Amino acid sequence: MRKILSVIALSAVMTVASVANAETIKIGVAGAHSGDLASYGIPSAKAAEIYANEVNAAGGLLGKQIELIKADDVCKPEIAVNSAHKLVTDKVIFVLGHICSGATKAALGTYTEAGIPVMSPSATNPGLTKSGDYPNFFRTIAPDDAQAKLAVDFTIDKLSAKKIAVIHDKGDYGKGFAEFAKMFIEDGKKAEVVLFEGVTPGAVDYTAVVQKIKRSKADAVIFGGYHPEASKIITAMKKKKVKAAFVSDDGVKDDTFIKVAGEYAEGGYATGPKDNSMNPLNKQAIANHKAAYNEDPGAFYIEAYSAMVAITEAIKAAGSTDYDKVTAALRSNWVDTPIGKIKFDERGDAIGAGFAVYQVQNGQYVEVK
Amino acid sequence: MEYFLELFLGGLTRGSIYALIALGYTMVYGIIQLINFAHGEIYMIGAFTALIFASVFSILGWPVAAIFIIATLAAVVYSSAYGYTIEKIAYKPLRNAPRLSPLISAIGMSLFLQNYVLLAQTSDFLPFPQLIPDFEFMEPISHIFSSAELAIVSTTIIVMLLLTFFIKFTNMGKAMRATAQDKTMALLIGINVDRVISVTFIIGSALAALGGVLIANHIGQVNFYIGFIAGIKAFTAAVLGGIGSIPGAVLGALILGWTESFATGYISSDYEDVFAFALLVLILIFRPAGLLGRSETKKV
Repeated sequence: MRKILSVIALSAVMTVASVANAETIKIGVAGAHSGDLASYGIPSAKAAEIYANEVNAAGGLLGKQIELIKADDVCKPEIAVNSAHKLVTDKVIFVLGHICSGATKAALGTYTEAGIPVMSPSATNPGLTKSGDYPNFFRTIAPDDAQAKLAVDFTIDKLSAKKIAVIHDKGDYGKGFAEFAKMFIEDGKKAEVVLFEGVTPGAVDYTAVVQKIKRSKADAVIFGGYHPEASKIITAMKKKKVKAAFVSDDGVKDDTFIKVAGEYAEGGYATGPKDNSMNPLNKQAIANHKAAYNEDPGAFYIEAYSAMVAITEAIKAAGSTDYDKVTAALRSNWVDTPIGKIKFDERGDAIGAGFAVYQVQNGQYVEVK
Repeated sequence: MEYFLELFLGGLTRGSIYALIALGYTMVYGIIQLINFAHGEIYMIGAFTALIFASVFSILGWPVAAIFIIATLAAVVYSSAYGYTIEKIAYKPLRNAPRLSPLISAIGMSLFLQNYVLLAQTSDFLPFPQLIPDFEFMEPISHIFSSAELAIVSTTIIVMLLLTFFIKFTNMGKAMRATAQDKTMALLIGINVDRVISVTFIIGSALAALGGVLIANHIGQVNFYIGFIAGIKAFTAAVLGGIGSIPGAVLGALILGWTESFATGYISSDYEDVFAFALLVLILIFRPAGLLGRSETKKV
């Protein structure tokens, strides 16, 4: 009996699907919708829904309604591959997702073969775009190396540093940032790395490292890591009268850094995501979420919303859902989104989305223009 | 040469902090052959107590010097009370148990205190006010050595002298030495061994609290986790110098401080811990009892 029921149910679903097929544009939404990382995936799914409803209410895309097809990958690479196969079988023309870098990388091969463009709101691993393996991949979030590049450019061009000490906390994030910074300094050939070292998080004091920075006669210190170490290092630097500028990453662009280092934090620099809260589209996106769910959106909501805007605008500009036309449109057309005016470079990173440099002034982070 | 001097003084400061904590490890071990792994947490609690008192009194607008004295005294008293209580709760009931039991109890106590402070206070890093004013020495010394560092080093020296005097010349000191030599015999000649052990824990905890206040003032921040690494390092220093020996703990702490400082300065801070612990392994291979430790002859 149950078997018969399920056969009926299945055929019913298939009929609905085949009817819908003719009239909708299918967009896949992949990411962690359950499990311990669901808090990173669900806001993106909501963003997709909210924006798709908006477009559908306004008459749809190319005269058709948008149909979202969700696939939960729980942020696990092995499940992400299955999700990708499911979405390919469902004949989606675009995928919003995945959320985690590892899952995104695992799923990308499948989409690349099937010729489906993918746009992630949250996967920051540099290799996804830099490797050149995934011509169909785009993202609306800046990759990890972008802020190292920004920090290095800022230190060399604006602070005119010739000798730079690069310090990190030996962790994945901090050391990754520091290694990119070192690479950019060496490739730029405008300044030299006079010191490249890791400190031990939690060590009793950092006096010896600071003495070493002083001895290296560095004009600036670029630090990769989080605020507890950063505040100890900047405090020790000021106390030992080391004049070098202190430049760090968004692990340090945190109010706790200012609270803990107090007056010693004054004048320190840190990179962090651009402040888009004044952007009217950003306000609109958040208001839409509030209207639909009566709460503030979670992580990557804005990035996912921006991705949906970029995708739909590209399809409109291309006038079709053809892979080549849509990806060409993404790369050539500037679009206004909640994260600012963006288009995509040839590797898929969003130009215009990214980081800004902030400086601690009177106990507050102020964006440096 | 100036660089060498800077590293030397940096190592001296760091070694002095280790010494203040290591004394507690070594004294407790000397008396009851227990490695009190909760000792690092006492140091952390000392720093926290000082922070709380300093915050309260700076709201009241008291002068910095008075706040410093009150906060330090409070930290010392509070930590001593913790040390005393820990011994009564976690070690005394296990005094005749196999040696592994109090050791496990100590590790449990350490985790308990860490999590207790985490829940009662916060997991955040908290700013610690500068209680020792950073007055300027003459150039070029001001670049090398600050008043906070001078305070750390001189406190350690004074504490060392007082402790030596206490153990050599007071009745309690004699009782401590007797208990360390032979607990049963000390009991038989009328020494109150329980009291001696309590006093040992109180003194050790007071020193750790001093270390906690001084280092928090020096680096300007406090967190529930600071006791872990400092405790491990101080324990290493105590073993290096010969656990159970008071001058040994200080010597071990200074050697450890200098090793870390010079390894960072001349090689790389990546290898700070590598050199510190490689040194420990080498010493243990060639002098198993530590630098100033006596090798015990066990009666069979």
